[in-house]
Amino acid sequence: MKLRRTMLFMPGNNPGMIQNASILGADSVILDLEDAVSIDEKDAARMLVRNALSTLDFSGCEVVVRINSIQSDFGYDDLNVIARVKPDAILVPKATSDDIEEIDEILSIIEREEGFKLGSIKLFPLVETAIGLENIRETILASKRNIGVLLGAEDLTADMGIKRTREGNEIFYARNRVASICKAYKIDAIDTPFADVNDVEGLIEDTKRAKAIGMTGKAAINPRQIDYIHEVFSPSMEEIMYAKRVLKAKEEALKEGKGVFSLDGKMVDAPIIQRAENIILKAKLAGIIRE
Amino acid sequence: MKINNPAKAGSLESNDIFVMVFPNENGNEIELESIVIKQFGKRIREVIEETLKELNVENAKIIAKDRGALDYTIKARVETAIRRAM
Amino acid sequence: MENILGRVLPEYIEGYGEVKPFSGAFNNLGIKSKKQVSVKCVAPSDVKLVESIKEALIKCEIKDGMTVSFHHHLRNGDYVLNMVMDEIAKMGIKDIRVAASSIFPVHAPLVEHIKNGVVTGIYANYMSGPVAEAVSRGLLKYPAIMHTHGGRARAIESGDLKIDIAFIAAPTCDEYGNINGVYGPSACGSLGYAIPDAMYAGRVVAITDNLVAYPACPIEISQEYVDYIVKVDSIGDPKGIVSGTTKITKDPVGLKIAKMATEVIEASGLLKDGFSFQTGAGGISLAVAKYVRDVMKKNGIKGSFAAGGITGYIVDMFEEGLFEALFDVQCFDLKAVESYRRNVAHQGMSASLYGNPHNKGAVVNRLDVMILGATEIDVNFNVNVTTGSDGVIMGGSGGHSDTAAGSKLAIVVTKLLKGRLPIVVDKVTTVTTPGETVDVIVTERGIAVNPRRQDLLEKLKETNLPIMTIEELKKLAENMVGTPEKIEFDDKVVAVVEYRDGTVIDVVRKVKE
Repeated sequence: MKLRRTMLFMPGNNPGMIQNASILGADSVILDLEDAVSIDEKDAARMLVRNALSTLDFSGCEVVVRINSIQSDFGYDDLNVIARVKPDAILVPKATSDDIEEIDEILSIIEREEGFKLGSIKLFPLVETAIGLENIRETILASKRNIGVLLGAEDLTADMGIKRTREGNEIFYARNRVASICKAYKIDAIDTPFADVNDVEGLIEDTKRAKAIGMTGKAAINPRQIDYIHEVFSPSMEEIMYAKRVLKAKEEALKEGKGVFSLDGKMVDAPIIQRAENIILKAKLAGIIRE
Repeated sequence: MKINNPAKAGSLESNDIFVMVFPNENGNEIELESIVIKQFGKRIREVIEETLKELNVENAKIIAKDRGALDYTIKARVETAIRRAM
Repeated sequence: MENILGRVLPEYIEGYGEVKPFSGAFNNLGIKSKKQVSVKCVAPSDVKLVESIKEALIKCEIKDGMTVSFHHHLRNGDYVLNMVMDEIAKMGIKDIRVAASSIFPVHAPLVEHIKNGVVTGIYANYMSGPVAEAVSRGLLKYPAIMHTHGGRARAIESGDLKIDIAFIAAPTCDEYGNINGVYGPSACGSLGYAIPDAMYAGRVVAITDNLVAYPACPIEISQEYVDYIVKVDSIGDPKGIVSGTTKITKDPVGLKIAKMATEVIEASGLLKDGFSFQTGAGGISLAVAKYVRDVMKKNGIKGSFAAGGITGYIVDMFEEGLFEALFDVQCFDLKAVESYRRNVAHQGMSASLYGNPHNKGAVVNRLDVMILGATEIDVNFNVNVTTGSDGVIMGGSGGHSDTAAGSKLAIVVTKLLKGRLPIVVDKVTTVTTPGETVDVIVTERGIAVNPRRQDLLEKLKETNLPIMTIEELKKLAENMVGTPEKIEFDDKVVAVVEYRDGTVIDVVRKVKE
């Protein structure tokens, strides 16, 4: 299990930010070649990110590169250059199932040429159009490399011609659909970033709303957002204490040879145990409790 | 690779390097300015020379203004400038 | 010869004298004597107010070879040092030693006086800008002598630094020489650094732009020490004196370091009721105050005091009840000045009370936690804040060595790299503060604990903080930037770095052109 509470966007043409990307506390960083880079700097950013990936130590931080759409003039070059320095994953903008299939094939060729393990470079489709949202199931099924979906609400609401608001009622359906389908295929559902970096309360509320309906993490556009998002997505001390009690009760029940047992007068069944184990694992990965 | 026209890459932001490339007559020539010239001047020249060699550039004039870039950035900016100059 | 840190020192330095090598931070204590002061008595009919700086200089019998002193509360807005030195130069006086507690870019005119032989010696606790560069280039006839804030007070009290005439920049003053820093157009708050000068100089001249009716209460420096008073149009530029507000850094790397440093403080067990704390006004240091404030509030901790140069941020913590008192040697912003004027428990302190190792106990001795910066730190935890890694003087100890020595936990907070420069190195360019007084270094990529502090190391191992050896930290930096070339130096000594006890911890040599 990989903890992916936050995925932090970092502009791909800024050396100072790239070299510090891995130490800002995000579970993943996304080095961005798309929206954060102007048209006439695409070549520069591509070479910079390539060199960064091949020489810098990102010390345990997952590194994802957002390439330009392969429908654009830059996507193929991005893919061909970046895949050869083996990022953990590639974030595919405005992804369709055709795009994902094609990228999967290209990656397989590169992996073979470079001697990488086949299928080791993962994919995140970015859902940011109505058609992308509706066809998301096919997009996910188009490649085994998919390990998560990122919801891009700014582009999605623009595509729908509706207003993006602080409360986010307009993306209620999109979040539900992404969360549910990702759950069905056991991949991560990463929520859209919260645009106002100075609105801490808004960020926390927004993150709670996303978590409540099953999103598993959230993109961040500023390092200052990371701690607040982690706070929401990390198990709380109460959850951890309860999980510990569940696992302790389970051990005792095993010792006594009881198949079924209860805690605080409630029956403890397999899903509850599974949940408790998950919480403890998450808490360990998040560094909240020690091994 | 032959340098056909002047080109530039990079910026004067901290941790970056601004590289300008011009066609040159007799071999490669490097003009370097850096905020860490005393501590890393030699190394930065070395990286620029290595990059030119890897790209088979034989006649280029490079003017570089460094703001504390690491090697990976220097290489990327020189390569970008060279490819833009072709 | 070499001192205990292995720094190579001449036995004798022309213009400085015999070198007493540094032999350990606490090896030179015991019984010490203070110098005698001769006083020119003032009769009831005498008038102290004089017409001009020139008249004051004449009355003080200025002559070649004298030492004149200044204090730096007006910082980069100070007009006084330049006004006085211009007058001295005009009078044709030569061979003056300037003892300024700090020298800033605004003091650039001093470079001309150095070139003309008006100024041949400098004492300072900190210097930056054109004067520091001129000294580094070897323009000054004698090597500059760099003190710590506490060490300067010690040197003045002991007579090691003999001041002939002290000039006090007085934001408010009456005609009989009572001075305060809390009123007037150039109000700067506490006048802590000027107090030893006023008490021990041969003559004392107050220079003010706010002459008020006698007596100028509250009195910070009193009439019994002041010989003459001069009224001028302005003693400083308020913009350069105090900033309107002090802001916490927004740099995410700086904030991360500050957060980690706060976790170190928590883990040390010192952050409890009665906690005492000092931090600088700059970037990462002030951010540590922010996180410490959060923890104190969350856990209902009531601290004892905060000390040093005081910022508005520390005032906020004090006014929220997180500290019982403030010890203030210098106000950094208007909010601090305002609080110093208003709050009884916002206590002024002299440089001697702050950090002098040879008095009956300085405030630094009562500090739990000190947050320090570093230009370089070596694998023995020696810290350089005096020279850049290019060998040029760009700072000085200020209170660095004093607080490191006094506090229970001295934490250096710094980025592992500044631009391309590694901060953790094999050997610092100049030793300002000895490693034996530095307990831990916190960087964005790792934390190293001084092996002398096994107790602290054990506590930190219980946390999730990235603890490593300082050699590992150095390796991390080198892996990213490579190894810098060695700077080459001439033999000529351009500055002598005195530890707070007056022994020589290092010298700065002239950089080879």
